[in-house]
Order: sequence, then structure tokens, then C-alpha cells
Amino acid sequence: MSVDQTITAVEAQAPPRHRVRLPLAGMIGAAIVAFWVVVAIIGPYIAPHDVGALVDDGFGPLRWGQPLGSDYLGRDVLSRILVGARYSIGVAAAATFLAILMGGTLGMLAAVSRGLVDMMLSRFFDGLISIPSKMSALIVVAALGSSIPVLIVTIAVIFTPGAFRIWRALAVNVNALDFVEVARARGEGTGYLIREEILPNIAGPVLTDFGLRFVFAVLLLSSLSFLGLGVQPPNADWGSLVRENMNGLAEAAAAVIVPALAIAILTIGVNLLIDNLPGRGSSAGEH
Amino acid sequence: MAPLVKVEGLRVTARDERGRNSVIVKDVSFEVQPGEVVALIGESGSGKTTIALSLMGYARSGARIAGGSITFDGRNVLGMRQRELSSLRGRDIAYVPQSAAASFNPARPLLKQVIESSQLHRVMSQAEAEAKAVSLFHELVLPNPERVGERFPHQVSGGQLQRLLAAMALVTDPKLVIFDEPTTALDVTTQIEVLRVFKKAIKERVTTAVYVSHDLAVVAQLADRIIVLRDGAIREVDTTARILTEPKNEYTKSLLAAAEPLERTATINALQATSAPPVLEVKSVLAGYGAVDREGIPALPVLRDVSLTIKSGTTLGVIGESGCGKSTLARVIAGLLPAARGEIMLNGVKLPLSAAERTRDQLRRVQIVFQTADTALNPARPIGRILGRPLEFYHGISGDKQRRRVAELLDMVRLPAIMADRYPNELSGGQKQRVNLARALAAEPSLMLCDEVTSALDTVVVAAILDLLAELQRELGVAYLFISHDLSTVKAVCDEVMILYAGQMMEHGSRSALRQRPLHPYSNLLISSVPELRQGWLDGINETVLKEASAGVARPARGETCSFFERCSVRIPGCCDVEPTPFRQLSKGARIRCQRTEEELMQPTVR
Repeated sequence: MSVDQTITAVEAQAPPRHRVRLPLAGMIGAAIVAFWVVVAIIGPYIAPHDVGALVDDGFGPLRWGQPLGSDYLGRDVLSRILVGARYSIGVAAAATFLAILMGGTLGMLAAVSRGLVDMMLSRFFDGLISIPSKMSALIVVAALGSSIPVLIVTIAVIFTPGAFRIWRALAVNVNALDFVEVARARGEGTGYLIREEILPNIAGPVLTDFGLRFVFAVLLLSSLSFLGLGVQPPNADWGSLVRENMNGLAEAAAAVIVPALAIAILTIGVNLLIDNLPGRGSSAGEH
Repeated sequence: MAPLVKVEGLRVTARDERGRNSVIVKDVSFEVQPGEVVALIGESGSGKTTIALSLMGYARSGARIAGGSITFDGRNVLGMRQRELSSLRGRDIAYVPQSAAASFNPARPLLKQVIESSQLHRVMSQAEAEAKAVSLFHELVLPNPERVGERFPHQVSGGQLQRLLAAMALVTDPKLVIFDEPTTALDVTTQIEVLRVFKKAIKERVTTAVYVSHDLAVVAQLADRIIVLRDGAIREVDTTARILTEPKNEYTKSLLAAAEPLERTATINALQATSAPPVLEVKSVLAGYGAVDREGIPALPVLRDVSLTIKSGTTLGVIGESGCGKSTLARVIAGLLPAARGEIMLNGVKLPLSAAERTRDQLRRVQIVFQTADTALNPARPIGRILGRPLEFYHGISGDKQRRRVAELLDMVRLPAIMADRYPNELSGGQKQRVNLARALAAEPSLMLCDEVTSALDTVVVAAILDLLAELQRELGVAYLFISHDLSTVKAVCDEVMILYAGQMMEHGSRSALRQRPLHPYSNLLISSVPELRQGWLDGINETVLKEASAGVARPARGETCSFFERCSVRIPGCCDVEPTPFRQLSKGARIRCQRTEEELMQPTVR
């Protein structure tokens, strides 16, 4: 009996304090993300060599001057990774953010407005989704020429329909709950419904979606670079580093593996951080 | 004789999301003799289902049987291996869960599912099992017992599905049947027939049963012995008669008291005719869902020609079975579902049918309170903000003034002011419902639409909420439209009552008129279906009532004819199903919709 009483006592004094600290996994994720963000900013300044400079023969071995060896042309791999961080992280993050801003907002708008607005937006994005993404990217980049802003907008447009779908589906579920009805009966406008009633309650799954989409953006960027439409030489993002050195896997494995590892670590970091963000459990897990 | 089930010192612990352990069943010991029906009764969280499940050696995910012993038929259940348990479950111990609809696989015919356990345990051949199932269908009074097994779950009604579940449990001739709130999800008029066939089946085959329920009146009809539970511990064990007549435990007494809510005195002065227009007047509203045709009539009309008035400061109760359109009525009045036809007047002024076209002040005067407090509060916002928003929106109150007003509102619904910092998921069901009410009150409405506000709550909490509603009405003079499926709740709080069936208004009169004959045939059925808190009530019910009850599901009739036709005991074929049903003013002061005259309804044969 005494055990029961202690338990009730513990429950009674459980403070209603809300999520102050990140769990360990979240801290690790945050550290990884912070590390790469710093690298993206200062990368070009700490790179030991110029990205285009030929410092060795093709697929040179690891040595003091080039700790990760050299690539197929003999350029320093470490320097190329440090400089490439800017493109991989910057372009992918900006594009994903833009895609979610457009797709997410319109998705919630469609869910809250219902009826004709929902119908028109949904069919429009259905149409957009039916265009093969790489083909449309190819056309856009071929027409406008490759530059960083064009890449960002192109990738964002490609990812917008997917984001729209997910946000709308999540928002439709929340929209059917009574508290949204109450707000609607109170006379609240669409903006308030989206901002106060819908958004906080779909934040969890939607952030996970951000993490996934970010990774896809990194991959799409690298495939565009592979086609020669992405980041222009001599600069390169991580994806294209992997691809251009693929043939040297036997001789200079580091030139392939390290950029791939960089992508993997960044991906894991982003997802660790997002999955453990404060407030996720309280809003997402409920329904 | 050795008991069939012997539970000693049972202890079940559960781990919550934060990883803390708590004891949900504490040192529970009891026995069940062969052929006995034992009821486990208690409110939600009392551990009744947990105990029932542990009899099968099962604990729900997150829960663990931490101690004690359970002996079933001389064998120790808790010491069994997984395989032994599997051979026990469904064969020697059968379980009838609450939600029949969720317990059937929608993609397979019913008969296959009913005999599944017999095939799994290889008790009998398939042909034998099918014959057995059909004989059970006969016994459980299912319509068309030979063929009903060919149907799929969505093709039969809820009450029939519940009986099919019982057939599924009984097909292997188990030594023990566990009924877990089998009638809670059913309408009263359906519950009565299910209870009757259950009782018959249990008595005829002398089944040993454990019946889990929160409803004392239901349990009183079936159980030999009652175990009263609270917070995972046994409060009282006694025979049904002794529990009902001379309870010893305080908690049992409070349960008995809460089962029959006190009738609050009608707000008499407000009821007297005044020259002021009624706060709400609804005139022949038609509303529904689906595509609208050329005349603006929706494909699925839910409300047909419903009219009502609510006088200022009084309560109108709307009662009916699930699907009769009660909640739609609230949504129509609130403007969430614009009516296809009809008028809504607020204080004598015509309201736009859609909420989007109403002015802010019109919106403020009508507030809606939903049934499930769990989904009615935004889980991502603290209580203070939830209550603060209507203050800001309607009255422009912000900052410190808003904070003070929120504290006042919380005090009004008897909650401490510190609740303002809490989030909805930190509150209990009753507390959430109070916050729900407070949010509506924040607008200072003249009418509150209470949609089943007490249905999801435990009886003791219901009594407190009803008290609160009555008190608020006295203090603030707010009028209520009180929607419920529970007659005793409606009778307790309402000045006037309207009975709705399949979207048609069947009877509309004062509360006292409900106690006088003649009644509308449907009102009569509804009133006599509510279980009474005494033993033998079920056996003493009029046969005609049961005949009506088992007649089937509510189906809206075409046009202006009576929807209740198919189930009515006094129907006039060729008249009721062809001609529009007239409204009649009865001398007791109520209006009914029926072809029969007052004199005809008074005749005992017709009744």
C-alpha cells in the first residue's frame, strides 16, 4: 500500500513544466547540424587548396598535404568537400524550405477552405506532379542557364506538390476535429485557423517531412550536377563528388567514401534533430 | 464446489509515456463459482477491463501482471506458456468486447468469423460448427438466422453485430464468457433486446460469466453478484440485491445516487409566457449532407421539417438515438452546416443560415459546446490562451485584464486559476469539459448548444457538470439547447423536451408532459427502454415494447410520411406510410407528430 501512495504522490507533484531540454539524441543531431553549417560558412577560407588547383596526379594517395588524397583530376578532395558543403547544404536547405513554404501554406489553405479552393489547388498540383521532375528541371535549367538561384527555385518547385499533398492530408485530419469547428463557429478567419489551430497540431509530422525532403533535395542536386546542370565546375556539391570519383573506388576510396559519409552524417544529424525537437510529442502523438 | 475462477492478490502495473510505473490493479481477490454471473462495476480507470483481461492471462500493451495468482478450472493461468494460453483463449474463455463494429473483419462474411475460434482450436468440423452457429443465431433471435452468416459486417445493424459477437464467443461452448461493456455503444432501444437475448443465453446454458460494465442498471438485470471497483481496488462485493438495497460502502452509495440524477426544479418564472420573443426560434428547418439538387435539397437529408423555440433562460432537451440528427441540429443552429430550407430567429431577428454571413455579435450570442472534450480543446495551446481568445475576439479584452477574466471564468466552472498555464492533455475528462464550458461562457452568450456534453463522462462527474450547468443558468440567465441520448440526464436538467427520430420531431412538450399519457409511440418505446435500477426490470417489460425494439434500424421515410412507421406498434398501413403526418396538440400540453388521435393513443390495446 505504501508503494501506491508514493506513486500517487509523485504523480500529484509532477510539474506541468514544458520541454526545456533536448534529449541526448537531439543534442547529437543539433551538434552535427551546427558543425556542417559552420563548415558551409567558413569552408572556402579553411580549405588548404583552391578547389580547381591540380595538386597531384589523378587519384593520388593520402599524404600530409592532401589528407584525403586527390580526385580523378588530381584536385584536393578535402578542399572540395569543405567548399562543397556550401552548395549541398545551402541549396538543398533553401530549396526544401521554399518548397515547404509554398506547398505547406497552400496545403493548409486547401484543407481549411475545402470545397472549390481545395479542389482547384489539389488538381493543379496533381498536374504538376505528373511531370517527370528531372525532365522539367532539365528544361528550366537549359532555358535559364545554371545558377544557384535557378537551382534553388527549380528544386523547390519540384518538391512543392509533394509537400502540398502531405500538409493537406495532415491538415484535413486536424480540420475535422471539434476545436477547429469551435473556432469556425466563433467566426475566426482562415488565417487564424491555419496559424493557431492547424499548424501547431501538425508541426511534428510536418517536420519529419522536412527532414526527408531535405535528403531528397541533396540527392536531386547531385543528380542534376551529374548531368552537368547543377553546380558548375570547378565547384561541386557532395553528390557530384561521389559520382565523378566513382571510377577510382579501388585506387582512392576516400575520394568516394568521404563525400558519401558527409551526406550520410548530415542526413542523420538533420533527422536526429528534427525527431527530437521539443514539443513534438505533445502535439503530434495525441490523435 | 470448487470455484471456476479464483483470483488472489492480483496486481497489475502500467508504465506511462514518461516511463513511470503505476499500479492500476491493487491486490484484487475474488472467486467466480460455476454457473454464476459476476459483474465488475466501476468508472473509467477503475481497472475493471484490466482485471477481466487478466483472467485470460492477458495484459494490454504497457501493462504487466506484476503479482498474485489466477486459477482457472484448477490451472494456474499466470504460470502458463504462450501456447497454453492460446489454447485457453477463445476455447475455454471467450471474450465479448465493447465495440462490435471494430471487432469484425469487414472483408469477410460473418459466419466464417463466428466459427473461426472453433476451427482454430479444432473443436469440431466446419459443418458442425456452421450448424452450431446457425442454432445460436436462432437462440440469439437474429433475423433470418439461416442466411445472416452470409452477410458482411456492414450489412447488419449494431445490435445484431453485438449478438453475432456473442455467438462467436459461445460457439466453442466456453467454460467462462467475459462480457466487456457489450451494450454500452448501443442505443437504449437496441440495448434492451441485446440484454434480453444475452440473459436468455446465459441462463439457458448456465454459462459462467464475468460482466464488465459502468452501468448499474444494466448489471442489475444480469448479475448474481456485483464487485464494485474504484482506482483498481475492490470497494464492495455482495449479491446484486444487497448492493442495490443496502450498500455498505460510501462509494457504492454515491454510484447508486448518481445513477438516478436529481431532477432540478424547472425555472418556473422564466417559463411563464412573456411578451419578449424567445431567444431562439427554429422554423421548419431542412438540412443534410451530400450534393444538393436543383431545389437546394441535399441528397442525404438528416433533419426534415424541424421546428423549436427556446425561451430565454430555459433549457430545451433534444433526445434521440444515434443518427437521428441531434448533432446536426446543433450544427445547423450554429451555422456550421447551413440549412437548406427554413428560418432561424435569434431574439426575434432572422439569422443568416451560414456562420460566415453572421455578424460577430450574432456569433457571440450562440455558442456551441461539443461532446468530446478531448478533441474540443486545441492540444497545442495552454488553457489560458484557449479561454483568452473568445475574450479578445468578441470583447477586445487583452493583457492583464484578459488574464483576470480568465481566472474569473475558471473560478466560475470551479477550476483553480493555475489551470490557465496547463495544456489540455494534463487535465482529466471532467476538467476538460469544464474548460469547454468556460470557453463558451467567455463569449457571454444568450444561448449555449450543449451537444452530448456529459456522454463521455463518468456518472459521478456527470452529476457535477449538470449541477454546474444549472447554477450557471440561474446566475447568468443563459438558455441551453441540451442534446443527449440519455433520457435520465435530459429529464434532470430540461424544462422542455423534444424527441427526435430519424430527423423528424416526434414529440415536443414540457418535462412533466413526458410522464403523462398519451405519449407518442416512439416516446413510449424510448422511455420504457431505459433500464431501471431494480432487479427483474428486464423480465417485466411489456412484450409489445420488445417487438418494436427488435424491428430494426431507423430509416428516414420518404417525403412527409412518418419515419417511425416500420417500428411502430400502432401503425396504420396505407395511411402512415402514404400520407403526410400531421402535428397534434395533446391536452397534456405537448405536440406530437402522429396519425393517431389522442383518444386512440390512450386506448390500452393501442398502447
